[in-house]
Amino acid sequence: MADALLIDTTDGETLRLAAAGAWTSTNAQPLEREIDAAARRHAAVKQVAIDMGAVERLDTFGAWLLERLLRDFKSRGAATEVVGLKQDYRALIDELHRIKIEAPPHRRGGRLVEALAAVGRNISRVGDTFLAILNMLGALSVAFGRVAAHPSRFRFTSLVHQLDNVGWKGVPIIMLITFLVGAIISQQGIFHFRKFGADIYVVDMIGILVLRELGVLIVCIMVAGRSGSAYTAELGAMKMREEVDALRTMGFDPIEVLVLPRILALIIGVPILTFLGSIAALYGGGLVAWLYGGIDPDIFLQRLKEAIDIKTFEVGMIKAPFMALVVGVVACVEGMKVKGSSESLGLQTTASVVESIFLVIVLDGLFAIFFASIGM
Amino acid sequence: MAAGNGKARDTVIEARGVKVGFGERLVLNGVDLDVYRGEILGFVGGSGAGKSVLMRTIIGLLPKRGGAITVFGQDMDAADDEQRQAVERRWGVLFQQGALFSSLTIKENLQFPMREYLDLSQRLMDELALAKLEMVGLDASVLDKIPSELSGGMTKRVALARALALDPDIVFLDEPTSGLDPISAGDFDTLIATLQRTLGLTVFMVTHDLDSLHTVCDRIAVLAEGRIIAAGNMDTMLASEHPWLKAYFRGKRSRAGHAAEAAGAACVAP
Repeated sequence: MADALLIDTTDGETLRLAAAGAWTSTNAQPLEREIDAAARRHAAVKQVAIDMGAVERLDTFGAWLLERLLRDFKSRGAATEVVGLKQDYRALIDELHRIKIEAPPHRRGGRLVEALAAVGRNISRVGDTFLAILNMLGALSVAFGRVAAHPSRFRFTSLVHQLDNVGWKGVPIIMLITFLVGAIISQQGIFHFRKFGADIYVVDMIGILVLRELGVLIVCIMVAGRSGSAYTAELGAMKMREEVDALRTMGFDPIEVLVLPRILALIIGVPILTFLGSIAALYGGGLVAWLYGGIDPDIFLQRLKEAIDIKTFEVGMIKAPFMALVVGVVACVEGMKVKGSSESLGLQTTASVVESIFLVIVLDGLFAIFFASIGM
Repeated sequence: MAAGNGKARDTVIEARGVKVGFGERLVLNGVDLDVYRGEILGFVGGSGAGKSVLMRTIIGLLPKRGGAITVFGQDMDAADDEQRQAVERRWGVLFQQGALFSSLTIKENLQFPMREYLDLSQRLMDELALAKLEMVGLDASVLDKIPSELSGGMTKRVALARALALDPDIVFLDEPTSGLDPISAGDFDTLIATLQRTLGLTVFMVTHDLDSLHTVCDRIAVLAEGRIIAAGNMDTMLASEHPWLKAYFRGKRSRAGHAAEAAGAACVAP
């Protein structure tokens, strides 16, 4: 901005400020600087006359800065006067004159207090989440009991629809990923075991690892990312648009209508996916063992029969429905926690995936201890 | 900006033969409309007649199939990105549901356009956010709230304050009083009239509210059958013999309708 927007001249006791140019939003930045500079330079004047006659245009930004200048001088006890203001702008100036700027209340503690408070809040939030999960489990049991007593109330269509989404539509990607994981483990195993001349034990490793642990874990992590996040987002969006409240006012229990079919779909779908995923992983492992390790398929199968028994398979399969329950409950709890904003929807979806994967792994650890103690 | 400076009325928006359709259906079929500087134009039409469609077409959210739209003398089809942005800076839009950014506080919502377009000090932005908020009749207590904590009327006011953040020359209001109680709706009308006077705004208001049309609108344009069937002040509307206009302005819910009922006489056409 080449042109001065405010020219100050002192005339005895009186400070004369001549305003010029466009006092609008585009010039607000240089104008603010000039105004603050003028107010600082002439801190001690007793009388101020501002001539607005040469101002071409004035908007809220310019008018507010004029008002701020006047308030600055007034607060120091100077008499102010505005001359030459166009009639059109009078209403705007009057409007801004009425506005009270009070300093917003600052009741923040120090940074240390803030940091400690954040830690405290997070810890209590973990406790809240835990309680919310227990609460959801309770509500689910009640809803399940009610549906078991009156099977006609169960939303079978909804269950089939969800089963299609989480189970059937997830089959290709889950089989592809478990196949690849099986292949990679097999390749790594052969590469390292070969140093000891123990290639053949790769079959034992793949069999036990895939059937007991990896199959179910990978499937559950995939399902948490694929279906758990979808559950959270669906329920959260319904919560945001008051659809959940609408259901409640019509006398339906949202847990029974929305949550139960979804969680049952997971409990049915995840074991099936686990079975398919484990088979795909074994197949991938066997294929790599044959092509890369030179272990003939017949030998692979023979060795596999010796290495594993039905218990190994059962251990993996028993875990699947429980993990599905954890993923489903966490997803629904987080979905129900969504508040009005789109940001909260994003936060809860993230929390849902992170928490369910974490809990699935914790649960896997607990199962490992359990199965070890009962000798499975 | 001075009113009545002897010149012919300045046209801010000029729509000529605008055609907009979805699939097979042509919603707007040759709309001609002028909006003059400094007026409050009430834009009415039946539900689904395409009022919001025209508004969204003017502000560039919907593509049109034919015709031309000129805003501030700038043909919007011929405008490059820079020219388009220059025009966009001069208008503010109040969406029907407010369309406040749900993850930002009210203060951040109001400062968002300022922050993007102007390089201002934080102090000035804070003061202006508060000033705009007080201009729409709210106070500092809502500054740090988030949109989901506001009532419907407050949301509309904040959305109006945000539409006014950059001191636009024209504001588009999409059903500003829908969903408000009659008292709040009346307050909102007064507010729009006051702001129009103080800021010299041009207001393009899509509305169904007959009271708004009576109290604040300088001119009314009526959309039906995909075109503007009438434009003029309230007297013109009341005098019209077009069946739709008769039903709308002299129907059971209109003031004329009430007056006629109260007088116990049939409504006589002037």
